[in-house]
Formats: sequence, C-alpha cells, structure tokens
Amino acid sequence: MKRELRPAILSVLVLTFLTGVVFPLMLFAIATWVFPHQASGSLVVLRGTVVGSSLIAQEFSGAEWFQPRPSAAGRGYDATASGATDLAPSNPKLKEGAPGFSGIRELAALYRKRNGLPSDAPVPIDAVTRSGSGLDPDISPANALLQVPRVARARGLSDEALRRLVAAQMVQPQLGFLGEPRVPVLALNLALAQLASAPHMGPHAP
Amino acid sequence: MSWLAYAVFIALVLALAHPLGSYLTRVCERRRTFLDPLLLPIEWALYRVLGVREDQEMSAVTYAVCFATFGAGCAVLLFLILMLQHWLPGGPSEGYLTTPMTADLAANTAVSFTTTTTWQAYAGESTLRYLSQVLGLVAENFLAGAAGLAVGFGFIRGFARQSAETIGNFWVDLVRSLLWVLLPLGLIGSLALVWQGVPLNLSPYTLAHTLEGRTQVIAQGPVAALEFIKNLGTNGGGFFNANGAHPYANPTPLTNLIDMLGICALPAALMITLGQMTQRVRAGWTLLCVMVVLLLGGLALCDRAERVLPPQLGDLHLVGGNMEGKEVRFGIGQSVLTTVVASNTSTGSYNAQHDSYQPLGVLVPLTFLLLGEVVFGGLGTGVYSIAMMALAAAFLGALMIGRTPEYLGKKMTAAETRWIALYVLATPMVVLVLTALAVLTPAGRAAVTLNGGPRRFTEILFAYASCMANNGLALGGLDANNGFYNATTIVAMLAGRYGLAFLALVAAGLFARQRRVVASSGTLPIDTPTFALLLIGTILLLAAVSFLPALAMGPIAELLER
Repeated sequence: MKRELRPAILSVLVLTFLTGVVFPLMLFAIATWVFPHQASGSLVVLRGTVVGSSLIAQEFSGAEWFQPRPSAAGRGYDATASGATDLAPSNPKLKEGAPGFSGIRELAALYRKRNGLPSDAPVPIDAVTRSGSGLDPDISPANALLQVPRVARARGLSDEALRRLVAAQMVQPQLGFLGEPRVPVLALNLALAQLASAPHMGPHAP
Repeated sequence: MSWLAYAVFIALVLALAHPLGSYLTRVCERRRTFLDPLLLPIEWALYRVLGVREDQEMSAVTYAVCFATFGAGCAVLLFLILMLQHWLPGGPSEGYLTTPMTADLAANTAVSFTTTTTWQAYAGESTLRYLSQVLGLVAENFLAGAAGLAVGFGFIRGFARQSAETIGNFWVDLVRSLLWVLLPLGLIGSLALVWQGVPLNLSPYTLAHTLEGRTQVIAQGPVAALEFIKNLGTNGGGFFNANGAHPYANPTPLTNLIDMLGICALPAALMITLGQMTQRVRAGWTLLCVMVVLLLGGLALCDRAERVLPPQLGDLHLVGGNMEGKEVRFGIGQSVLTTVVASNTSTGSYNAQHDSYQPLGVLVPLTFLLLGEVVFGGLGTGVYSIAMMALAAAFLGALMIGRTPEYLGKKMTAAETRWIALYVLATPMVVLVLTALAVLTPAGRAAVTLNGGPRRFTEILFAYASCMANNGLALGGLDANNGFYNATTIVAMLAGRYGLAFLALVAAGLFARQRRVVASSGTLPIDTPTFALLLIGTILLLAAVSFLPALAMGPIAELLER
C-alpha cells in the first residue's frame, strides 16, 4: 500500500493543475475568441455607457417604464448578492409581509393600484413573487400587457403601439417547447426608449 | 408543454445511453477509442510523472483506500486554497467579499467539494476569489467526478470478472475518466453554455448606469468554467449564491436542458456499461427502465404540486402556479424537471428555491434523497446505488421462490449479503441519528428560524439526507454556515461518500472472486418487468420502513396541516 503514496500526492497536484489551470485557460482562449459578447457578461452599451446586462434584472420604478418582478437579491436587484426569500408557502410572512418586507397581498394591491386595475382583477403570479435569483430579467407576457396602459399614459403613446412593442420583444419557448414565453424587461425598455426618446412627456401630452 | 419537455429529455437520455455506455465500456476496458491518437501520449506521460504502473492491479480494499486517500489529498489542497485565498491575485475586489472564509466554512467546503456534495454553505459572489473558484472548485469538480466514475468502473469489474483477486487500478481509472470522459465533454458543454450567455471573464464587477439613472454593480467571473462541469461531475455547487437560478449561471431553458443532460447522460449510460461488461445487456436496460419509472412518478407528483397556486394565497386573485423562488424563463416545468433530476443524482444544482415549494413539492426531492440516489445517481457512484438495491431485491425474490440468491451471474452468500445489508442500513443510520442530534440540541435548532411548523424539521432532515446522498441540495431556510452544521454535515458527507463506497467496493471484491453462474431454469430472471416491479417495490419498501416516521413529522404533516 505504501507504493501508492507517491501517486496519491502527485495526482492531487498534477491533476489539479490539469483541470484547474490548463482546462480553464483552453476554455478561456476559445470562448473569448468565439463568443466575446457572451463571455464578458452580455453587457448592453448605450452611447458608450454600460447600462446593464441583458441577462440581469435592474430596478425600474417609474410609471413610464415596464417593471420587473420584485427582487430579494440584497436590498433589491443587487447583482452582487443573488438570492431568494426562501419563505415556505405556509409561512405567513410570505403573504402578509413583515416590517420592511412587503408580503404578496401588499404587492398585489400595489400592482393593481399602479396599473389602474380593479381591486379583484386577476394578477399574474410572476408580478407579485420574488424569483429564485432575485435577478430574473423576464416577466410573463400577461404581466407586460397589463402594464401597457400605464406606460402608454405616462409616455403619451397609444396602447396599440406598446402592445406591438411587447409582441416584438417577446421570446418564445426555445425550440418550441423549452421553457415559457417571456418578455425581457431591459430589452423592452430599451425599445421603448428608442420609440419615444422624450421619456417624461407626462399624462397631458397628446 | 412541460410534459413534452419532460418526454424529450427522457428520450434524449435513453437515446444517448447506448452510444455513451459503449464508449464508457471501451474507456473502462482500455480498448481503442477515436480519441486515442490525441490522449494516449498524455496518458502515458501522466503515468510516468505520477509513478503509476498501469498494469499493477489492486484489491478492492486497496482500491477503496486509494480513492479515500486521493479524496483526502484533494480536500487538504482545497482547504489550503480557500484559507489562503486573500493572498491570491485577481478579482473580485476585497470590498465585495463580505462573508469571511472561516476555518470551519473552509473545511466544510473542502469536504463538500471532494465528496461531490458541493453543499454550499456560502454565497459564491460574496465569499470567493475568481482564482479560488477556478483553481479550487473547478478542479475539484473534475477530480471528484472522475474519482466517482473510477469507483463505478471498479465496482462494475467486480461483477464482470471471474475468479479475480483485483478490481482494477484506481489511478488508471481516474486518469482515463478525466482524459477520455470529463475533459472533452466538459470543454464542449462549457462552450455551449458560453454561446447561450454564461460569462467567462476575469473582469472586475461591472458598474452599470441604468436607464432610470441608478447604478448597479454586476458580479462577473469565470462562471462558464464551473457551471457545466458542476453538472457533468454530478457535483452541483454554483458560482453564485442562487446557483442555477442565477441568469448568468443558467441564462436560457436550453442551458438548463444541457445541464440536465450533463447530469444524467453518463450515469444512465453506465447502466449499459454494467450490462455490457457482465454480458447481461438486458439487465442493464431493466435497471434503466426502473429509473425512468421512478423519475416519471416524481415528475408527475412534483409538477402537480407546483403547478397550482399555494392554497394560502387562494383569496388574492392571482393567476399561475407557485412562482415564488422560480424564474420566468424556466416556469414550472423546467424548475420541476431540475428539482427531480438533481435530487436523484447527487447533484446539488438547482434553478428554483426549494424552501418555497409546496409540501408535496418538497416531499418528492426529499424522498429521492432518502432513496439513496437510485435514479441515475452520482457519476460512477450511481452504479452501486442502484446495484445494491437490485442485489437486495434479487435476494428477497430468491427467498420467495426458494432459490440461492444471485444477481448478474454472481451468488449472494452470507459474506456478500452482510455487506449489502450494511449498505442498506447506512443511510437511515446516519441521516436519522444526525437529524435527531440536531433536533435535540439548541445549536441544531437555532439554525431554523425563518419558516415555522413542520417545515423546520423538514429543513433539518433535508440537510442531512442531502449530505449523506452527497447531493448538496438544501432548503434555504436553514442557516447552514455555523459551527454545528459545518461540522455535522461533514460527518454525513464523508459517510455517504467513503462509507458507502467502501461497503460497495468490498462487496464487489467478493463478487470478483466468484465464477459466473450459468443461468438455469431455477434462476430468478433479472431482465423482466416482474423483476423491475420487484426492484421498485424493494426500493420504496426499504425507504418507507426507514423514513416514513420522519417524513410524517416533516412534509407529510405540513401537507395535512391545512
């Protein structure tokens, strides 16, 4: 058994070098050459400034923007502290909230108020739940469409134009069956900004 | 739509089983493969450097000792890398590393990664340097996975060989698993992930100026180097705290499918390897069918639980399933698939937070953990997870018809049966004793404060079941980074990895000594639907006998509570 000592010690060192240094370097060389945009984090650059990553949710709270799902990452949308609530459905805190934490009841009421919906209007579940990462970049199409009248009013645009915009940004399930239809919020808001480059026209605009 | 995705996934796993299984047979038996021109020189050089005499065969005990020694060496190296990480150059800058790397956390992480548990007691983006992730964790994901595959090869040889005192050379199996299997597949899979959007850089965290005029700091890093091999090696520890739910780690449903195939394809294919090497290919397919049946059962139950709104939210006029802790791009379907697959394969990858699952949605993965990873199972280790159960089933079946028990042409005498019985008892012993210890001590109870009621007990049971199964899934409501859990989960992880492997290898060594019995009319057939049913029954019965009381106090109580 003693003769196995040399392979035991050396294999740890040599194979760690092979898999922890050689492999990542090979991968790095190929990936940054073939997929430079993805390798650097799918960053979105607008007029020379990084405005975010198309894969990472960022906060939008103004009425003139489509808004992402609520977030439990850090203090909200903190892309250095991904995380979820970890609250069980049986935990009353999830529904009723706690000091400094909005429960689903409050989030649903807020969503209806903000979007001018009656108090018993059905709300898509993704609009009032926090995602697994706190950085979910997408919302459901139903959620996006319910926000259309509010955004249209704030920007003085027609509902119809915005519905077309949502449809154009919608991502279908991959290969037709993988995942769910979804609307990436940052892409939608970028398209929105391009559609009307004067974002603060207010409700009195024509 | 979800069921179409489930069906396509299972079809892909089954379609890959034969080609991959045949390839693994060639790798195990050192026969010719298409990669030989490239890899044989590297293999030769490695043996010279390491001092491995490739024709030197090992007894089962020596093989197990080498496996454990290699694991110990890896754990020590990883522990040192983690403890000394603040000396390492490169990002991310110190200000973002808010969780201190304490000795108990480093020890827990080191054991966790060398046992393929990759239980994450830490948050990657606020704890680890890029170089600790690559040099420490990426390497360990490869090495622990390859060591597991090696043990699987050793175990299979126990049944394949006749009148043999040895079951192969651990170092040869280790090197060949790395060179022929994990490194090439790892490279292809990782590139596919980058293509779909998984970052691979050493940049500082990005400062973005958002459209609404705020600033947002976005964690970066060599994410893609870790994310595929964590699945291929059935490890599971993610680059970020949110693991596969993080959009950088798992940006699209396609990356999720690739990850799930990475987890299942090799363990499923090893059933064919087992069948081919023991010249009982149909028996291998029978095991695979049993796995698929159990998998479908789990998918049906978990899907049913999560697709509906939690009853507690019934009066809020909400539309949709249980989306708390789930990502829109995965929806219910891909979240449930990942939960069921990961809980079966000693892979702690997740793309949704299980503590926010419904009681039945938690019961399914917890049960799979307690069954001992019999569906596909860990890379290599999954072979004996199911084979030991099949041996137990064959033993029971033979007793019922009054024959000498045998499986894959090998007789089960008192000597072999003793090790099989110990194996079957090990998981309940470790999991239940540690759970009881945690429940009975203030330190154990202090970590479960977030949720209430039976969910607290479930969180503790889940933690030890996960560590014993070398899985790494966790219910996030348990605050795992403290002295008590860092220490006790180490016990479970070591028992699950080295304890079970030792028992399985010793049994394999005993089987290797026997000659293969020729099947006669008195032999219990092991490749029929009847045997498949007997095996499913045995698996469920053994788990029920051991764990039903514990499950009744946890998820079942919660299920009945409303």
